[in-house]
Amino acid sequence: MLLNLLDTRGLRSQLKDSVPVAGLCPHGAYGVQDSLRSGFSSVKNELLPSHSLELSEKNFQLNKDKMNFSTLRNIQGLHAPLKLQMEYRAARQIQRLPFLQSSNLALDTLRGSDEAIGFDDILNDPAQSEMMGEPHMMVEYKLGML
Amino acid sequence: MATLTVNRAALGGFSFENCKRNALLEGEANKVGCSLPSARKTGTTICGVVFKDGVILGADTRATEGMVVADKNCSKIHYISPNIYCCGAGTAADTEMTTQIISSNLELHSLSTGRLPRVATANRMLKQMLFRYQGYIGAALVLGGVDCNGPHLYSIYPHGSTDKLPYVTMGSGSLAAMAVFEDRYKPDMEEEAAKQLVRDAIAAGIFNDLGSGSNIDLCVITKGKVDYLRPHDEANKKGVRVNEAEALKLTGDYKYKRGTTGYSLLITHRRHDVFISSMEMMSEVTCVL
Repeated sequence: MLLNLLDTRGLRSQLKDSVPVAGLCPHGAYGVQDSLRSGFSSVKNELLPSHSLELSEKNFQLNKDKMNFSTLRNIQGLHAPLKLQMEYRAARQIQRLPFLQSSNLALDTLRGSDEAIGFDDILNDPAQSEMMGEPHMMVEYKLGML
Repeated sequence: MATLTVNRAALGGFSFENCKRNALLEGEANKVGCSLPSARKTGTTICGVVFKDGVILGADTRATEGMVVADKNCSKIHYISPNIYCCGAGTAADTEMTTQIISSNLELHSLSTGRLPRVATANRMLKQMLFRYQGYIGAALVLGGVDCNGPHLYSIYPHGSTDKLPYVTMGSGSLAAMAVFEDRYKPDMEEEAAKQLVRDAIAAGIFNDLGSGSNIDLCVITKGKVDYLRPHDEANKKGVRVNEAEALKLTGDYKYKRGTTGYSLLITHRRHDVFISSMEMMSEVTCVL
């Protein structure tokens, strides 16, 4: 697992280079369209992003981290991104139950986003979202039982 | 519906859910012949100039919504920090929100460093944010202020490019204002001369551009002092028709003063003959009309 941490190339595998496509490789088990979990689908809806910024915004945090870690590796050596990513991993695990909103205080402090405000703090605040995940399903999904 | 949210990560920020629907609606509306409501723009003249002791920012006060004036007296010079102010042109909401976000960020930053914020910091934050959104945030800004390194003036374009210059203009009336600047700008001007120059530049924009109008706001920033003059000059008073050269009231008042006596004038012509009164060498001719 440590090897995964130090490999900044590992971040690339988490990048989403497309919006989820319905027809090819569906999420459900046995490769069949899973209407229960991903809802109705239409190829037109999911083949192309609806806005040119959609993809870049989805991957923004990830790209920023990737760039910062590789710069840090070039300047200070391998240990620097290694230590930081270990701390990120630890901080990311401090969460409330899946259907509740967690403050992510430790993660924010590490990232430095506790001293900055942006559109993701003002618009579409997840704490004010009108929809809530059904608690039992969220927990089962988290535990991999669903 | 609950099952749909199991997979979706909770993220703040812009949501692109309605983009496809909006594109569809716009297509339908265009087929019928009407158009969707457009965002309110500021269609502006804004400018700034660096003078001996600091920076002067100027702006007009008209906000347009298509072909209609939406706000006759809107405030386009926004507060960023006690020593930095920013004029905004483009989409009104975008400039408003962008400057507020940057102001909050600068406040947090200055609390964290314990120092007065620098204009270059504000510039860097603005350009990084605008570039991130690839010009979809339509905010063209003139940022000016005085910090520990002296007076600075930046112009920031919606796609994220910036220029650091001694005098800048932005907005639909920018060419008119730039013409005035190019003619009369001198480095190291005095405050009164610089105020007059900015006032004239904005007035040029107001009188020559449809998107700019109403009053002229000025903001004079010097080390330790900010003068927000709103309005500095009411160039277009509603109900008064006066020409730019204030000495001549060309569009006259067609109402007579109270107490004027009315009368009519009759002119009659009478023809008289001309007599030669004397036969001497020096003859006089008398004529009576």
